[in-house]
Amino acid sequence: MSNERNNRQPDEEKELRSLLKRQFSPLQNAELERDLWPQMLRRLDAQPEPFRVPWFDWALAAAVTAMLLLFPNVIPALLYQL
Amino acid sequence: MELLERFAAGDLEAFEALFRQHQKEVYRWTLRIVRDTGAAEDLTVETFWRIYRARERFNPATGNFRAWARRIATNAALDHLRHTRKETELSEDYPAAAHGDSAVNNELRGHLRRAFLDLPAKYRLVANLALIEEEPYNEIAEAAGISVALVKVRVFRAVRMLRKKLGSFGLEAAAK
Repeated sequence: MSNERNNRQPDEEKELRSLLKRQFSPLQNAELERDLWPQMLRRLDAQPEPFRVPWFDWALAAAVTAMLLLFPNVIPALLYQL
Repeated sequence: MELLERFAAGDLEAFEALFRQHQKEVYRWTLRIVRDTGAAEDLTVETFWRIYRARERFNPATGNFRAWARRIATNAALDHLRHTRKETELSEDYPAAAHGDSAVNNELRGHLRRAFLDLPAKYRLVANLALIEEEPYNEIAEAAGISVALVKVRVFRAVRMLRKKLGSFGLEAAAK
């Protein structure tokens, strides 16, 4: 039963391939008819890259926060330095 | 500095040069997946937008820009198929070749279009590329970021799904 089903698969695929190619023409020779660079430029202008904070800035901020939480008595000294 | 190195460093002129070199190929590949010229143009721009944003992750020394671009284009096209599957019909940009038009053929075509649209996006992608465009499995696998074995499985399942939907219509007779 299982072998019969496996043997039918290439035939099924062949039939469907034939049917699909009759319904939808392959597009291997389709060509782009215009230059898309102006559209690309508009996209670049319209959507500037999101502002990203480098990972080491996040690490520094986390370290400072942790230090302030663990040693709150350094806050006045820190403020004095600022 | 090489073009790819300049691109990875954020040079817009280098990006433009790469865009002009590869836009046609990205467009052709995308069009084969979505089968809609307008969507393929938009997706080509979307692909290069993703490429530009991800430029820091590209290694100019070892990376293959063409393969990388094709993979990003495939993902963009797959996202498009996922979002438009239930909302739109297949484009009429590239209609079927004439084959002795009849009421049966028209009905079959309608059934086939619906069955094709109903395929989940990842199966429609491989069905388009493997069954209609006859792209080699290894190229589909590379572009989709999956193994050749998984491409074969998806083709197998896509055929089964289409067969099931068209079964009552007499697929064998229609294909002859």
